[in-house]
Amino acid sequence: MLKVENLRVNYGAINAIKGISIDVPEKSIITLIGANGAGKTTTLRAISNIVKAAEGSKVLYDGKDITSLPAHKIVEMGLCQVPEGRLIFANLTVKENLDMGAYLRKDKENFAKDLDFIFAIFPRLKERIKQPGGTLSGGEQQMLAISRALMSKPKMLLLDEPSLGIAPLLTKTIFEKIVEINKTLGMTILLVEQNANLALSVANYGYVLETGRIILEGPAKELESNPEVRKAYLGET
Amino acid sequence: MTEFIQQVFNGLSLGSIYALIALGYTMIYGILRFINFAHGDVFMIGAFSGYYLGIIFAFASVSGFASLGMALLIMIGAMVICGLLGFTVEKLVYKPLRKSPKLTILITAIGVSLFLEYGGQLVFGADPKSFPSLLENKPVVNLAGAVIGSNPLVVLVTAGILMVGLRLIVMKTKIGTAMRAVSYNPTAASLMGININAVISFTFIIGSSLAGAAGILYGLNYPSIDPLMGILPGLKAFVAAVLGGIGNIPGAALGGMIIGLLETFVTGYISPTYRDAIAFGILILILLFKPTGLLGKKEIEKV
Repeated sequence: MLKVENLRVNYGAINAIKGISIDVPEKSIITLIGANGAGKTTTLRAISNIVKAAEGSKVLYDGKDITSLPAHKIVEMGLCQVPEGRLIFANLTVKENLDMGAYLRKDKENFAKDLDFIFAIFPRLKERIKQPGGTLSGGEQQMLAISRALMSKPKMLLLDEPSLGIAPLLTKTIFEKIVEINKTLGMTILLVEQNANLALSVANYGYVLETGRIILEGPAKELESNPEVRKAYLGET
Repeated sequence: MTEFIQQVFNGLSLGSIYALIALGYTMIYGILRFINFAHGDVFMIGAFSGYYLGIIFAFASVSGFASLGMALLIMIGAMVICGLLGFTVEKLVYKPLRKSPKLTILITAIGVSLFLEYGGQLVFGADPKSFPSLLENKPVVNLAGAVIGSNPLVVLVTAGILMVGLRLIVMKTKIGTAMRAVSYNPTAASLMGININAVISFTFIIGSSLAGAAGILYGLNYPSIDPLMGILPGLKAFVAAVLGGIGNIPGAALGGMIIGLLETFVTGYISPTYRDAIAFGILILILLFKPTGLLGKKEIEKV
């Protein structure tokens, strides 16, 4: 469904991403793991085109070249990102945040149904519907960020570090919900995570990113048992 | 007491004009984080639009005064012209500089301001023109002996309606919510599928058309207009926006009213000499003691 070919991103003279290729098949959860600064967020930002990819990079979504499409057009095609740090609109209420997720949709009549679906997954949000987004806890903001993206009726989600700054117990819940969204909606997901253990436990296939290069890839189960990965990312000595 | 009521009323009427201009400053700042110093000149263009539309329309009426409907039509015309002007200036001048340092855009805004002022002198002539009497100023309200004219009342009511309308747009509509979203975080907004350029254009159109309306309302109360008339009200409205908390919409309205009232009081009770000093005195004080303005606050986000 999403094919990244030879993606390169430069920040001035610094080559942040040095030509990586990722393949995300439909209805799968694919993860991109790696240490801080490896270029995971940059990769997602380049896919959504809020960071410019270098000449020669190619991002294909649904068979179409989206490399130089403006960010909002990419969302229109059904590829929605839940950004790192959640980027909730703190000044908008929970409901208004969800409305912004549905910004491009014309089928107003289905909103209520979609809201019910979201509140079934994240009941907490329903209790906080009128509160400003900024007053939510980190975990609740992450739930809201995922829900806001779901309101755009995407065909595929890009999740950037959903575990970042969230209590371990809530992280577990959120990952269960990610799997639930993948299973019930058949949602294709590209998951970027620093917490490799957690990410590999839910993904089908994984890529290991190190300073802008993919150094390893394979089915999640294999990566989990790979001694090199265990040593570098799963905290084994 | 009579005089006091009269002063309060005049102050509110003048303040509502400042408020309308200040709203444009604050909205554009809220979205792009820059002060559009050409905004006061958009107000001037609004007044001149009214002047020329008035010439075209008002001769149709027998009494020498346009009807209320005609005046409304002229105001809407001026709003459309100024909205288009704001849209064009943003697209042509500010948009190509979106990624440049803020100082570059600020200086460019001053350039646009000078262009409109002296371009105005070239096109309209430098001599003051008398704004057409769109409405007859009749004494309408007699409040404890204070006589209140119909024109200041029209100004106050019209400005009030426009501000309520703006509030509804910003708080209740989808594009208004998108404006608030873009103002908070443009990147996140674009990731939600919001076309940031369209929201910015919309903001310029709304802000500039309010300045256009302010130009007409100003002309009703102070019927002498010239191409440099936008400088002082523009600066005072900027102070009003800072006083209320730049980027804060109710703050701009409040700031405008306060500046209008204080200016009127100073003129009436102290000396007209200090009329223009008051706004800038307030600017110094607010920057020294409460730089976030009356209603502005530092936004705190939980992480």
